[in-house]
Amino acid sequence: MIGITLALGIALGYAAIHFKVEGNPLAAQIDALLPQTQCAQCGYPGCKPYAEAVASGAAEINLCTPGGDEGAHKLAELLGREFKPHGGPVVEKVKVVALIDEQTCIGCTLCIQACPVDAIVGAAKQMHTVIAPICTGCELCLPPCPVDCISLIAEPRTPQNWRWKYPVTGLKVVA
Amino acid sequence: MAAQPRRNRVSDPDMSSPHIRKPVSVQREMFTVLLALVPGITAYVWQIGAGILVNLVLASLTALAAEALVLKLRARPVAITVTDGSALVTAWLVVLALPSIVPWWLTVLAVLVAIVGAKHLYGGIGQNPFNPAMAAYCAMIVAYPALMSQWPAIGNTDFTTQWHLILGGERAIDGLTGATALDAMRTGLRGHTDVTSILSSSAFGFVGGRGWEWIALGHLLGGLFLLATRTISWRQPLSFIIGLGLTASVFWLIAPERFPSPLFHLASGGAMLAAFFILTDPVTSSTTPRGKLIFAVGVGIIAWFVRTFGAYPEGIAFGVLLMNLCVPLIDRSTQPATFGQRKEKRP
Amino acid sequence: MSLPHLFRFPGGIQPDAHKKESSEQPIRPVPLPARLAVPLVQSSQGSARTIVTVGDKVLKGQCIGEAEGNAGTAIHAPTSGRVTEIGRYPMAHPSGLDTLAIVIEPDGEERWIAREPLDMASASHEELILRVQASGIVGMGGAAFPSHIKANSKIDTLIINGAECEPWISCDDRLMRERSADIVTGARILRRLTGARRVLIGIEDNKPEAITAMKLVVQAAADDGGEISVITVPTRYPTGGQKQLIRVLTGFEIASNQRSSSFGVQCFNVGTAHAVCRALVHGEAMVSRVVTVTGNVEHPGNYEVLLGTAVADLIELCVAKPGTERTLMGGPLMGFTLPRLDAPITKSSNCIIAASNTLFPPAPPEQPCIRCGSCAQSCPTGLLPFELYWSSRAKNYDGAVHYNISECIECGCCAYVCPAHIPLVDYFRFAKSEIRARNQEKRAADQARARFEARSARLERDKAEKAARLTAKAAETRAALAANKDAATDANDAALIAAAVARTQAQSQAQPPASGQNGGATPPEPSI
Repeated sequence: MIGITLALGIALGYAAIHFKVEGNPLAAQIDALLPQTQCAQCGYPGCKPYAEAVASGAAEINLCTPGGDEGAHKLAELLGREFKPHGGPVVEKVKVVALIDEQTCIGCTLCIQACPVDAIVGAAKQMHTVIAPICTGCELCLPPCPVDCISLIAEPRTPQNWRWKYPVTGLKVVA
Repeated sequence: MAAQPRRNRVSDPDMSSPHIRKPVSVQREMFTVLLALVPGITAYVWQIGAGILVNLVLASLTALAAEALVLKLRARPVAITVTDGSALVTAWLVVLALPSIVPWWLTVLAVLVAIVGAKHLYGGIGQNPFNPAMAAYCAMIVAYPALMSQWPAIGNTDFTTQWHLILGGERAIDGLTGATALDAMRTGLRGHTDVTSILSSSAFGFVGGRGWEWIALGHLLGGLFLLATRTISWRQPLSFIIGLGLTASVFWLIAPERFPSPLFHLASGGAMLAAFFILTDPVTSSTTPRGKLIFAVGVGIIAWFVRTFGAYPEGIAFGVLLMNLCVPLIDRSTQPATFGQRKEKRP
Repeated sequence: MSLPHLFRFPGGIQPDAHKKESSEQPIRPVPLPARLAVPLVQSSQGSARTIVTVGDKVLKGQCIGEAEGNAGTAIHAPTSGRVTEIGRYPMAHPSGLDTLAIVIEPDGEERWIAREPLDMASASHEELILRVQASGIVGMGGAAFPSHIKANSKIDTLIINGAECEPWISCDDRLMRERSADIVTGARILRRLTGARRVLIGIEDNKPEAITAMKLVVQAAADDGGEISVITVPTRYPTGGQKQLIRVLTGFEIASNQRSSSFGVQCFNVGTAHAVCRALVHGEAMVSRVVTVTGNVEHPGNYEVLLGTAVADLIELCVAKPGTERTLMGGPLMGFTLPRLDAPITKSSNCIIAASNTLFPPAPPEQPCIRCGSCAQSCPTGLLPFELYWSSRAKNYDGAVHYNISECIECGCCAYVCPAHIPLVDYFRFAKSEIRARNQEKRAADQARARFEARSARLERDKAEKAARLTAKAAETRAALAANKDAATDANDAALIAAAVARTQAQSQAQPPASGQNGGATPPEPSI
């Protein structure tokens, strides 16, 4: 009996060391569901801090604006919590990117500091520009700009990002 | 040139490929099945009597009315589904599974169980896990075992008598009903009589129950018609016949005096009806090629065991319901390999 | 020669062919239209960069857009004339979106630029490949994949696709009947480029004239060493699909994530082989193609159409009969309804169908699926379309992926046979584009996460370095004070430390609490 106990104990100890899970896996799983806009609209400085707050139970699951109700549903499913609709107005999800009007830009670098994903390049007194493929459309660069030269533009429609519609189904028609 | 507005007309974007379709429809398939049931019904009328026609009319009307009502309640398009013929197929199969002299209310009740209970409560056509006709049959045999075992006697095909049995309400039935071949065989074997002497009784014909074997032949003909028109797959009928026949053969070869022959099993009860009309129901059968084989073999084996050792003379309905339960599992495990993943890839 | 062993692919359908309507007339030229709008993007992999400006005079076959990057292909002026505009024009695409196009107003002279055929005997492999790219050759069967990429792989078996399985289309049939010599020459060039041991030309058995014509040419020059054979394949849609034809002729099954070249096989359309011959042997860049115009028109047939010709011009030429409701580009099984008729003919447009409701009745109303499995029996890739349908309809994309939706080639067999008239392909296209969008979003999110974390780490590190610098500076000052005066009191010392601490604190307080990493007091620094 003692032998079995010892053997199991050793096995458990071995497993604890060898299969040790790094970090907080729950926060990582939550982070994976978040849209990574890094927009801080949830009140946390980025998606990962929000994920950590949700994982620790400090934050509600419905604070993510870009994720919307769909994202809240996913989080509810992952965490086994009750779904809560996102409080704010439901905005249609159109991907936008920031665009700097290069004629107006004075090169103050304030937007560069605000950008959470380093998507703006430029230097002091030099014109800045947005690297469109990296921009998440988080709008954090808008308030700091002293000359209001940043605008958000919708991503242009191309055959590559054009989507087929959901088929019109005859079943929905009530006779 | 671009000034001509007609040239740049924007057309309906919902019209996408394919732009041509094979002339097939659910309605056409269902009416083909109804047509294929005609030989069996004709044989029924000829051998047993025209009473079944009363039940067929009654069941059809009930089925259509119930279907329309439920669709309306569920806010689904009524016309297109009521006219697709699926409710009629269910109704006819229910009638063919029940004894043809059951009181009218039992037929109506059975059809309601099939259409409302087994079909629409599960989400309507295409969604029901259980074969509606078989579910209704099982519900009835459990609820009304006495009425469900009163089968019309062979040789008494008088329509007026059957009409009274169905609509009259009184069941002074001695001499009007008889045991089916399966019933007689079961009772005989329980009484330790051997197969040969049971078969010599008047209830038996060439291979199965007297009269009933002609009905089985009618269903076989109808089934072959369905196969010829490619309305059904060959897989379920063949593997059901193999499943039932092979199991019966094994035991028959071991002890022919205790177990009747495979031919008897196939010609008796609802074997032929089930093989071509029940198991081939697309909704409740397995959908993969291998799954269809497994499904029907399973029904055949279960049917033999229920017939031989069970409390009821006919076991196909139970076999069907049990295998219906397994269909999701069968489908999952027999998902065919897709192009490029198949084994015989190399030339 | 022994009869080749043919393989089967699963499923398939046999709809009415309707090829005779257009296949019995020779290929006819099209009168010069008033305007040609040549889109810059004409290949599935890359674009062209315009090298002309508005007002330029161009000659027929002159390069007007250079290949951009390795995968790009060039575009050429389809006729001689003047560039009048470089602007956005509708695309031949179900979305009806615009794309950049070079508009040429023909001068009516059809003057060719000087044609420079390559000397096939002396030209190197690289020269030939470059010429294929510079001549703007892409797959003409519909996929528009750049041919120079495909031709630049080393393979064993070269397949020339003359199956043309889709109903109504007959442009490849006519091409094989009339220009078999050029096709075979093109096939020989492709064989040389790919180093293939054998060339198999697969033609469906409903095109006996094309088979005879091709066999004649192949036999006439049979003594050139390599093996070229014309193989008759059974008529069954979609035999002409690249993967299906490879399966039929070689037995290989290529999944969606595999390349045929890794099986030693490469497949080119007969039209592509013809274009390769014209470009290399005759020095003519790709400026036109054969297009079937059929359906509800007075004069159906095959036409040699300059690229950039508006579909409306073709319909006008062939005279649409009354009752024409819409126009399809491609065949009736895989083609799409053209949202706009001013869309141009491109290198991959093989067929234009004027559709009336009698020839192509609109879909009957969708009925519930009865799980009959006809779709699974007809699927040429062995999928279970009804399962895909349940998943796609419920927007359960994981389920759709589980049932291998990526293997779906959108051939339309399932929807063709469905007795419940469910627009299955529509559901699959919807689910596929949603899945693709989700994957793109996922990639973008992963990238954003990585960049956010890298930035956070950098700001942390900067802060730590700054604090370390300050501490070092404070220590240095104290040491200097101690060395200089040696009279520094503890109080003096403490004051210095306090000042340093205050500075650090002021810094951290200046940071907005929501985004803790933004060093408010740190000087702005350029970032990349």
